[in-house]
Amino acid sequence: MSAIQPPEQRIWWKQPIEPLEITWIVVAFIWCLFMFLMMPYWHVFGKQNLANEAYRSTPELFLSKAQAMVDKHKIREETDQKIPVVKPPAGSDVYLVARLWQWWPMLELEAGQTYRLHLMSLDWLHGFSLQPENINIQVHPGYEHILQVSPTRAGTYSIICNEYCGINHHTMVSKLYVVTSK
Amino acid sequence: MADTRNTTPADDLEDLEDGIPFMQQLLDNPFLLLFLGVVVPTVLYVIWGVMEIVGIPIAK
Amino acid sequence: MAINRLFRTCPMTGLKVHQPAEALIKANAVAAVVSLLVGGILGLLITLTRWQAIHLLPPDWYYLMLTGHGLDMLVFWIIFFEIAILYFAGSVLLGCRLATPRLAWVAFMLMVMGAVINNYAVFRGDSSVMFTSYAPMGAHPTFYLGLILFAVGALIACFVFFGTLVVGKEERTYNGSVPLVTFGAVTAAIIAVFTIASGAIILIPTFFWSIGLVDHIDSLMYRTIWWAFGHSSQQINVSAHVAVWYAIAAIIFGAKPMSEKVSRLAFLLYILFITIASAHHLLVDPGLTSNWKILNTSYALYLAVLASMVHGLTVPGSIEIAQRKKGFTKGLFEWLRKAPWSNPVFSGMFLSLLGFGFLGGISGVIMGVEQLNIIIHNTIYVPGHFHATVVLGTTLAFMAVTYFVIPAIFRRELAFPKIAQWQPYVFALGMTMVSVFMMGAGTLGVPRRHWDITFAGNPLGFEFPGTAHLMMALMGIGGLLAVVGGAMYLLVTVYSVFLGKRIETPGFKTVRVVEGMAPAPTRPAAAALQAHGGAHAWSAPGTFTLAMVFLTAFVLYYFINWKYLSEVWPLK
Repeated sequence: MSAIQPPEQRIWWKQPIEPLEITWIVVAFIWCLFMFLMMPYWHVFGKQNLANEAYRSTPELFLSKAQAMVDKHKIREETDQKIPVVKPPAGSDVYLVARLWQWWPMLELEAGQTYRLHLMSLDWLHGFSLQPENINIQVHPGYEHILQVSPTRAGTYSIICNEYCGINHHTMVSKLYVVTSK
Repeated sequence: MADTRNTTPADDLEDLEDGIPFMQQLLDNPFLLLFLGVVVPTVLYVIWGVMEIVGIPIAK
Repeated sequence: MAINRLFRTCPMTGLKVHQPAEALIKANAVAAVVSLLVGGILGLLITLTRWQAIHLLPPDWYYLMLTGHGLDMLVFWIIFFEIAILYFAGSVLLGCRLATPRLAWVAFMLMVMGAVINNYAVFRGDSSVMFTSYAPMGAHPTFYLGLILFAVGALIACFVFFGTLVVGKEERTYNGSVPLVTFGAVTAAIIAVFTIASGAIILIPTFFWSIGLVDHIDSLMYRTIWWAFGHSSQQINVSAHVAVWYAIAAIIFGAKPMSEKVSRLAFLLYILFITIASAHHLLVDPGLTSNWKILNTSYALYLAVLASMVHGLTVPGSIEIAQRKKGFTKGLFEWLRKAPWSNPVFSGMFLSLLGFGFLGGISGVIMGVEQLNIIIHNTIYVPGHFHATVVLGTTLAFMAVTYFVIPAIFRRELAFPKIAQWQPYVFALGMTMVSVFMMGAGTLGVPRRHWDITFAGNPLGFEFPGTAHLMMALMGIGGLLAVVGGAMYLLVTVYSVFLGKRIETPGFKTVRVVEGMAPAPTRPAAAALQAHGGAHAWSAPGTFTLAMVFLTAFVLYYFINWKYLSEVWPLK
C-alpha cells in the first residue's frame, strides 16, 4: 500500500526492515552520538565555552558597579557624547552596560590577559556582537552575565547590537580596544 | 491504485487486535502519543528551564 | 440523529471526499495564500532594504514590515495551510466525515480574526516588535490579542482533526492503522498542541501586561517559554512537509513506504524530542546551565535529527523502488533522471527535500551546537538557515502539493501549465541564493534585523568587509528571483481557483450517505511477513549513494565550523 492508504498488513510492526535502512540508521545514529559527545568534550578540552555564571540584578546596582569601575580606571573620553574609555587592570571585573542605544563605557583590554566581563542591559534585550571576531552573546535586562574573555590579538574591535531593540537599534555600536601588554 | 488485498470477513477484526505488538498499539493510539508529546518537552524543556531561571542567585 | 454526510468520490485518486471537509480545506488554503501574498510583498520590500545599494525603506517602515513579514509567513501562511493538510489527512485519506464541521468553521473564523487583528496592530505602526515580540519591549495589546485568537482557533482545529480520527475508527471507514501520511499529520497536530499551549502560557500574561494588569514580564522567562512556541511552531512544519513528501511520493509514483515501522518510529522521535530543540535560541543566554542547554539543544542525543535523516532516506528510497519496478533500473540514477521533472508536484517536492536536507538541516544542526552558536547567534546566518527550512523546505513542499490539490479538491484545471512547470525551479533557485548568501554574510558577522550595516554617519561605526556587502547584494538578487517564483505560484493558483476551467466528470454526483453507511471498510489479509521487494534486496542503491553524499557534506561542514570557533577569543 502506498503512504496515503492504511498499511496492507494489519501487523506491520513485525515486518523485516531492509538492510539499506538498517545500515543508514546505524551510520546516522553513530554520527548523532558523536555530535552529542562533542559538546561535553569541548567543555573539557575546548577553549570557547560559556560559563554558567549569572546573577539576578537591578539596573541601579549594575550601573553603580560600572560607574565605580569608570571612576577608577578612566583613561580618556571619546566622541561628542564623551563616552569614557576605561582600562581596567588585567584579570579584573569589567562591566559593560547595554542600554537604548548605547554600549557604555568603552573598554581597553590587553591582549593575552583574561578579564571577567559582566554584561547586562538596563532596559530591553540587546545583543553583544563583537566584530570582526564574531562572538555573539544575548544581553538581558535584570540578569548579570559573566564571561571570562581572553583577547588574543591587539586591534580595534567593534561591538554592535544584534538583538533588535527599537527604532535606533542600528545606531547602537561601540568600540573595544585591545592593546599589546607591556 | 489497484490493490490486490484479499478480503476476509470483518468479524475476526477483534481477534486480531490481541496479537498486535505493544509498540504498534502505542503508535496507533493518537491520544497516548499526544500525552507523551506534551509531557516530554514540558518536563525536559519548560519545567527544567523554568526551575533553572528561578534558581539564579541574586547579585551582591 | 441525522448527520449530514455528503461524500463524493474523487475520480483522480479514488479517495472519498466529505464535502464539508472539502469546503474547509478550500477556505483554509485560500486564507493561507492570502497571507502568503501579503507576506511576500513585505518580503520584497525588506529584501530591497537589506540590499544596501538600494536600501529602499526608512528604518521605521523596515522594522514594521519585517515584523509583518515574519508573522504573515511563519504563522499565518503556514498554519492555515497546515490546518488544510490536517483536514485532508484526516477526513479525505481516512474516507470519513470531518468531526464537527461547525466547530471547524468557528476555528477558521477565529483564526481569520486573529490574523486580521494582528496585522492591524502591526500596520498601526506601534507594534514593530518583530515576530518574537520579546518583552519587555511592548506592542499594542491587539498584537497579542490577535495572536491569542489565532492560536485558540488553531487549537480547536487540531482537536477537530483528533475528533476526525475517532470518527474514522468508530465508523470503520478504514482498517487497522491510519495511513503513514495521516500519521505524519498526527505528529504535526501533537506538536501543534504543545506549541499552542506554550504560546498561551506566555502570550496571555504578556497581553495582560500590555493592558496594565500585570506589571512585569521577565525577559529570560519570556524568551524561554516563547521559544517553546516560536521554534516548535516550525517543527509542526517539518512534520507536515515530511508528510507531504510521503503523500506526493505516493500520489505520483504509487510509492510504498520502505518500512512502516521505520517511518513511524521516526515520526515518534519527532513527537518526543523535536520540540525541546527550542533551546537553540537560548544557547548564549545567561542563567541556563550547560546541562539543560546540551540535552535540549541536541533533541536528546540528536534523536530528532536521526528521524529527519531517516525520512530523508526513505522518501527518495521509496520513489527509487517504485521507479525501478517500472523498469528504470539502469545504473544508480536512471530512476531519478527519468522522474517527471516537468511535473511541478514532483519537482517542487524533490527540490524541497534537497533544500531542506542539505541547506536547512545541516545548518540547523550546526547552529544548534552549544558552543558553535557563539559565532552564529543573531547573525543573519539564522534567517539564512530558516529560509532554507521553512521556505525551501515547507513552503516549496506546500506549493508542490497545491498543484495536486487544485484539480483534486478545487476541481479546476491548472491554469498556465508552463508557468507552473517552471515555478518550483525559479522559486527554489531564488530561495537557495537567499539562504546561502545570508549564511555567508552571517559567517562574516552581519547581524539580522538590522536596518543599516554601513552605520552611515556614526563615528563609532563598524566597517564590514566588502564580501559581506557583496553577499547581501547577491541575497537581494536571489530574493527578487524568489519573489518572481512566488508571484508565479500566486498567479497560477489564484487564476486556477477562481477562473480555471472546471473539471467535469461524466456521471459525477454527490452521494448522501446515511448513518451507518459510511464507505465500507475493506479487510486486508492477515499479516504475511515480508517487506516489499524482498527484505534481502539492497533495493535503493542510488538513494543510499545520495545519503552518503549528504553525510559527507554534513561531517565536513560540521568540522569547518568547529575550526572557525577554535580561532576566536577564548571564553569561559
